[in-house]
Amino acid sequence: MKLIFEKSYQGRGNHIFPSLDVEVGIPESAMRNRKNHLPEISENEIVRHYTELAKRAHGVNTGFYPLGSCTMKHNPKVSERVASNPKFVNIHPLQPIETTEGCREVLKRTEEYLCEITGMDAMTFQPAAGAHGEFTGMLLIKAYHKKKENYDKTEIIVPDSAHGTNPASAVMAGFEIVNIKSDKNGMVDLKELEEKISEKTAGIMLTNPNTVGLFDNNILKITQMVHDAGGLCYYDGANLNAVMGIVRPGDVGFDVTHLNIHKTFSTPHGGGGPGSGPCGCKEFLRQFLPGIRETKNGYEMETETIGNVTGYYGNFLVVVKALAYLLSIGSDGVSLSAKNAVLNANYMMHKLKDIYDVAYDRTCMHEFVLTLEKLKEDTGVSALDISKALLDYGIHPPTMYFPLIVHEALMIEPTETESKEVLNEAILAFRKIYEDALKNPDKALKAPISTPVGRLDEVQAARKPVLRYEFES
Amino acid sequence: MGTFIPNTREEQKSMLEEIGYSSLDDLFKDIPTECMFKGELNIPKGKAELEVVREIDKMADRNKMYKKIFRGAGAYYHYVPSIVDTVSNKEEFVTSYTPYQAEISQGILQSIFEYQTMICELTGMEATNASVYDGCSAAAEACTMCIERKRRKIYISETVDPRIIETIRTYNFGSDAEILMVPKVDGETDSKSLKDMLDDQSACLVIQQPNYFGILEEVDALSDVVHEAGAKLIMSCNPISLGLLKTPGEYGADIAVGEGQPLGLGLAYGGPYLGFMATTKKMFRKLPGRIAGETVDKNGERGFVLTLQAREQHIRREKASSNICSNQALCALKVAVYLSAVGPKGIKEVAVQCTSKAHYLQKGLEKAGLKLEYDKPFFNEFVTDSCDSSKLLKALDEKDILGGLPLGDNRILWCATEMATKEDMDELINATKEVS
Repeated sequence: MKLIFEKSYQGRGNHIFPSLDVEVGIPESAMRNRKNHLPEISENEIVRHYTELAKRAHGVNTGFYPLGSCTMKHNPKVSERVASNPKFVNIHPLQPIETTEGCREVLKRTEEYLCEITGMDAMTFQPAAGAHGEFTGMLLIKAYHKKKENYDKTEIIVPDSAHGTNPASAVMAGFEIVNIKSDKNGMVDLKELEEKISEKTAGIMLTNPNTVGLFDNNILKITQMVHDAGGLCYYDGANLNAVMGIVRPGDVGFDVTHLNIHKTFSTPHGGGGPGSGPCGCKEFLRQFLPGIRETKNGYEMETETIGNVTGYYGNFLVVVKALAYLLSIGSDGVSLSAKNAVLNANYMMHKLKDIYDVAYDRTCMHEFVLTLEKLKEDTGVSALDISKALLDYGIHPPTMYFPLIVHEALMIEPTETESKEVLNEAILAFRKIYEDALKNPDKALKAPISTPVGRLDEVQAARKPVLRYEFES
Repeated sequence: MGTFIPNTREEQKSMLEEIGYSSLDDLFKDIPTECMFKGELNIPKGKAELEVVREIDKMADRNKMYKKIFRGAGAYYHYVPSIVDTVSNKEEFVTSYTPYQAEISQGILQSIFEYQTMICELTGMEATNASVYDGCSAAAEACTMCIERKRRKIYISETVDPRIIETIRTYNFGSDAEILMVPKVDGETDSKSLKDMLDDQSACLVIQQPNYFGILEEVDALSDVVHEAGAKLIMSCNPISLGLLKTPGEYGADIAVGEGQPLGLGLAYGGPYLGFMATTKKMFRKLPGRIAGETVDKNGERGFVLTLQAREQHIRREKASSNICSNQALCALKVAVYLSAVGPKGIKEVAVQCTSKAHYLQKGLEKAGLKLEYDKPFFNEFVTDSCDSSKLLKALDEKDILGGLPLGDNRILWCATEMATKEDMDELINATKEVS
């Protein structure tokens, strides 16, 4: 389809701003000479353009979205409604404190509830996304060791099954990464952990359940080992949906955590954001939290704050949405959601595992990982090809080629907000695709056939980057 | 209780039976009991939708919403055309993930590509990413782009928004980069001091245009000094001003960053906003975050993908250029719709109106006894320094006017946008006369 610039016609536009009601007053400064090619286009054409774009996109509200590790749940509409209240939308972040009681109440209540769910004592909403929360958490650990003058504590331990953001966040905070391998069950290898822990260990970053969808049973032992070495334990909340209300990170030895509000607490992903990645901690780290917040001394920065990771209070409206979700599901709904997420994952796994190879054949948590290594060997059809075939069934493919420790991996996370019928239809599609791949591998290699474009040349995109539309004049 | 779980208890039970479990709790039998949370979460019981709406609306009612806002300082009260929310509320945009599967995400990818093009047009730069969290984190990420093995000094002008300065400091809390503040003279960056401070270890200079005090910096001079030292120039810009004023591209900036909020996003108590980042052909491979690129499908049809992913955390892990994963995609979509709606003439018109109104307000306040602190060209913000600020702001508040930001006992940073009518400004000016 055409780009919006290709629909532009000189002289078209919209009457939005009234005439200036004061005299023109322009500063004595250099003016713009460069022509600006923003589109000249009427409102009707803009709406149709974006409607056409929307038809070429797939959201949770379009269809099943079992994208592993991303928790693509239904996004409750009540959350959207309350967050669009003008009395939130039009509040300036630098208004006098006595005029923002409502906003502060939202932050306070959500902090309380999320601390209760995670077993933490304090939480900041300044981080705007999960990775940003990780970075903030790593800075808290850095600040803690700086204060204790633990200058030799320079290393963060990260399992090889971790999300790529973990090592990247720790490096941004000035740490070195010590990678540890997973054992044959996908868990942290305790022997290897013991070898890698040293006086340099500043902390460990763990996701539990981990990225193969299994709960690491040695968690108490692991956090104890790190604490014994003087390190701190960081809980990556990406997979909290499996265990919220059932296991609290703060109860099993974790000192710091981030949550992905846009995963676990059902706020929409918006095509890649805005999310919200609050970072929670135990009492002894509170004084390092960033941003202006409700402190013992009033609404201000903590005494030994690491500073600011965003300008104000993070993605505030996303927090409003999370609060609406929490008030809706309530104390009993938290664990019930987790349990149904786990049920749906096990149901799908159970109904696929006779033909697909499951990477770890045991009760999974909220997601499970298939390995298509054998299918690829036998037929040449890869995890990528199976994913592309799913597109023709109107299903968003699972996460592909992650975690890195499983070859030809497909990671499936159905979430609790899908009905049995949806799961059954998806199971049928997965099975049909597999059978087709065995019978007619060439067909699988050609998928998808029903999408607006066919498979795209990613190599050309990276080799000869075209990152913007070029205008003729 | 609304759990958003479609399956009934009976269905859950039959599913469990079908796969060989006796209960929901049976699914968690592998978790050691000493890890389990016992008891009930101290959270209220679930509520019906109508109760949730009532409860949160009640919280919102406890905020004071001003309709006459003369405070900016990093977050700006602008008109959001109706079409912005209409388009950005479309479910397919709201409820999709990062466009990893390009074939069913062309709508998202093309909208990012269009956004990227518009940001390049606005800033006069050559390449940009799909957005970062906000203007502050954009400036911090830009500094990281400039750090080289032998160049580890970051210079920030004292005329930059204190929140941006703080964020850059925080981002470098654990790094060995050194942060140096460039003094200001008369509200402007002191290029003479800067020249003395720069050396062969200088990585970059961060300036803001218009600066925190609203003043338009003499960027040409600063650009020359920085580039002579072999360092990079990072310009944090108010995007509305770029409809009228010389662009970072024309000034020869290496990286343009800024807060995208003025382009169609509400004040929202500080977020979600978005940070834009644009750079040169020379530096685009150092950009953090997602970037959409054009390519072709197997039939030669034009299509779009996320590209240059070899920079990113999911490929490079600890060697990635940044850890960013989620960005502010839906906010970027709003910006693109805003810029499409106003078009090239509209963006200039808003810029002219903002600066004209600010000049009208400044003259009026001057007549009411408020002296302009710096006699320098300004865009739509300015500082006055001769009144009891708390007394004046309180008097304005009684008239439901949010006055400028107090910068101390006597100084106030004022802001006017196209939202300020002459009538509102006259009311503000008259109220000021009464107080002073």
